[in-house]
Amino acid sequence: MSFVKLTASTLAIAAVSATAAAARDQVQVAGSSTVLPYASIVAEAFGENFDFPTPVVESGGSSAGLKRFCEGVGENTIDIANASRAIREKEIKACADAGVTDIIEVRIGYDGIVFASDINGNGFEFTPSDWFLALSDQIVVDGELVANPNKTWNEVNADFPAQPIQAFVPGTKHGTREVFEEKVILTGCEETGALEAFTAANGGDEDAAEKACIALRTDGVSVDIDGDYTETLARIESNKDGIGVFGLAFYENNTDKLQVATMSGVVPSTESISTGEYPVSRPLFFYVKKAHIGVIPGLKEYAEFFISDEVAGPDGPLAEYGLVSDPELAKTQEAVAAEATMGGNS
Amino acid sequence: MTDLSQSPASGDVPKQKKLGNSLLELTDRTKRRNAAETRFKAYGIVAIAIGLLMLVVLVTTIFSRGLGAFQQTFITLEVELLEDKLDKSGNRDLDEIKKVTTFGYAPIIRDAVAAKVSELGIETPLKPKAMADILSKDAAATLRAYVIENPDQIGETVEFRFLAQSRVDGYLKSRVSRDSIGNDKNISAEQLDLVDALVAADVIEKTFNLSFILGSDASDARPEAAGMGVSMLGSLFMMLVVLVLALPIGVAASIYLEEFAPQNWLTDIIEVNISNLAAVPSIVFGILGLAVFINYMHLPSSAPLVGGLVLTLMTLPTIIISTRASLKAVPPSIRDAALGVGASKMQSVFHHVLPLAAPGILTGTIIGLAQALGETAPLLLIGMVGFIASNAPGTISEGLLSPNSAMPAQIYEWAKRADPAFYERAWGGIIILLVFLITMNTLAVILRRRFERRW
Repeated sequence: MSFVKLTASTLAIAAVSATAAAARDQVQVAGSSTVLPYASIVAEAFGENFDFPTPVVESGGSSAGLKRFCEGVGENTIDIANASRAIREKEIKACADAGVTDIIEVRIGYDGIVFASDINGNGFEFTPSDWFLALSDQIVVDGELVANPNKTWNEVNADFPAQPIQAFVPGTKHGTREVFEEKVILTGCEETGALEAFTAANGGDEDAAEKACIALRTDGVSVDIDGDYTETLARIESNKDGIGVFGLAFYENNTDKLQVATMSGVVPSTESISTGEYPVSRPLFFYVKKAHIGVIPGLKEYAEFFISDEVAGPDGPLAEYGLVSDPELAKTQEAVAAEATMGGNS
Repeated sequence: MTDLSQSPASGDVPKQKKLGNSLLELTDRTKRRNAAETRFKAYGIVAIAIGLLMLVVLVTTIFSRGLGAFQQTFITLEVELLEDKLDKSGNRDLDEIKKVTTFGYAPIIRDAVAAKVSELGIETPLKPKAMADILSKDAAATLRAYVIENPDQIGETVEFRFLAQSRVDGYLKSRVSRDSIGNDKNISAEQLDLVDALVAADVIEKTFNLSFILGSDASDARPEAAGMGVSMLGSLFMMLVVLVLALPIGVAASIYLEEFAPQNWLTDIIEVNISNLAAVPSIVFGILGLAVFINYMHLPSSAPLVGGLVLTLMTLPTIIISTRASLKAVPPSIRDAALGVGASKMQSVFHHVLPLAAPGILTGTIIGLAQALGETAPLLLIGMVGFIASNAPGTISEGLLSPNSAMPAQIYEWAKRADPAFYERAWGGIIILLVFLITMNTLAVILRRRFERRW
């Protein structure tokens, strides 16, 4: 009984509000939690400096954001998806199926991925091979592929202390995971020569071999963190042997609790990432629905403001927070000004 | 327990005799039973003690971590609003003044800090930019908003109270120490020296921070400027929606079910399902809200209206159950008497039963609202968790439709952020939320005490 009345009154309210809700006047953004701090800094400055309302920025992960982005065109869909990885072919197709055909890709800069452990624990100097040997599901021992037997770091590399291996890596819904797999585990797989063994085991199929390379062990040594970096930090605080994967900006805000490990001998910093010395970095993006430009007020202005020199440049607030600014920012600015869509000109 | 079966079987004459001997002398069995009772009391006291201990730990943790958020570090500066930087043409045209972004205000603040430092004769190796970095990034925004509001002040020197950046604030709150900033690129030891000197000169002071309670959320770059105010309004608007919808619907449904509905299988099914709904996890209502209100009805996402509708669905069973319970508690003699003097069924309900049940209904409603106020999960899916720094809405319809957050969602959002200063604010937010919940629950208790009648 109550439901009939409930639906009736909801409908009544909806009817009243539908007219008022007809024009959404603020930009809606969702996506990567890595991009969220940057997007919120820009959204705040945008609200202060322009007569448009402050955009709403939600997080939830790159994949979740792009999924919502690709739900269709219209005011009840988001205008911008933040992503810590490039959009996939599959997602472009899903977008096209839902009518989202013109997408503007905007690269905002680069972000470093760092490995950090408790400040009072042992310091580490990693190479990608170390991580492969520590976390891969299978490694090569005496020419044979076996389930990963390593339990402590000194088994991986004789220079390391005898500390149990305990890694907190981002879960698969995070864009960071993909970069970790590609730039660290896969590189380590190649360096140790395990890739050839996997290729041979898979009958020459290189794709399958790469997949086997990046399969992480599931015996509890590597723990997937589906939440944010704060969760990884909390895990390390409760388990001092743990080593976590963080974004550079997060580490730089928590230097009193974390110490950072070097990768291939390079200390991660905005400088070493912008020169390309530090190997584990990835571009950050946001994607704009072109169909919404001109419909949602301030959308294009927000996109242009985001990548303007004073915001995303080397001296801007984003760089100060930890973003490695893009040397080719001018090109991106032009592309956004011209509303160049993906596949259209790039 | 076994004494009944034992005593005839044992046939132990001396023991039997002893049993009847004296009331003052305790038998073994009585001693055992008394001991069992004493033990049970002890268990109860231990259980209560554990509960109280948990409460004390919880409350002290919340207050020790959260009270800091109500204090904030401010720096008082005299700023010269240079005409050639802020209004080049000098015609005080608001549109032209607005063209100067917050980035254009940074040099003015830099000069003001440098002037203050040299005026006080403080020796520091820092460059003006590094000196100005002890101020919040919010300072430029404060300044710009002031200039746009008072364009006639351009050219004058005005005194401002700016927020200090979160590390400076943490230093004064002993969250940040000189040892902990070794690798921190947001603050240096020289800057802390400058802060010490400015504290000695009374330029920097830590005072009560009203904008934490009334302000809006701020981005990751300026945790010191973040406040609960706007999300409080968001919660308020949602509670309005819940109250306006859930109370009449819930009361109407319960009165019908309790007083008018025939007892048959249909009403039985409805009753069972209402009880079931009360136990449905709240996230389910969030998914329902996303599917029905946003995707199907095209209501705006992140709007308190949608949040309120979702929470209404969640609160309705609670209200119906408590309303029915308080209707049941009204003695049938009241109804019979009303019907006996010729009142219709409806008159007996609305003139006699409902007023007597009202305190119970109100209590149930307030408890339901308090439960809805603390709910985060259903809001996750309808876009009310995120960076939503909208300003306070002007009208009720704007408040219902413009994007907003809610208090628990805001706390969750802060707890996730990288800067430790947000962590303190999350605990501070919990204090504010607790104050609301305790107020609502106290109100419920008072209403019940004041108006409830017992038979």
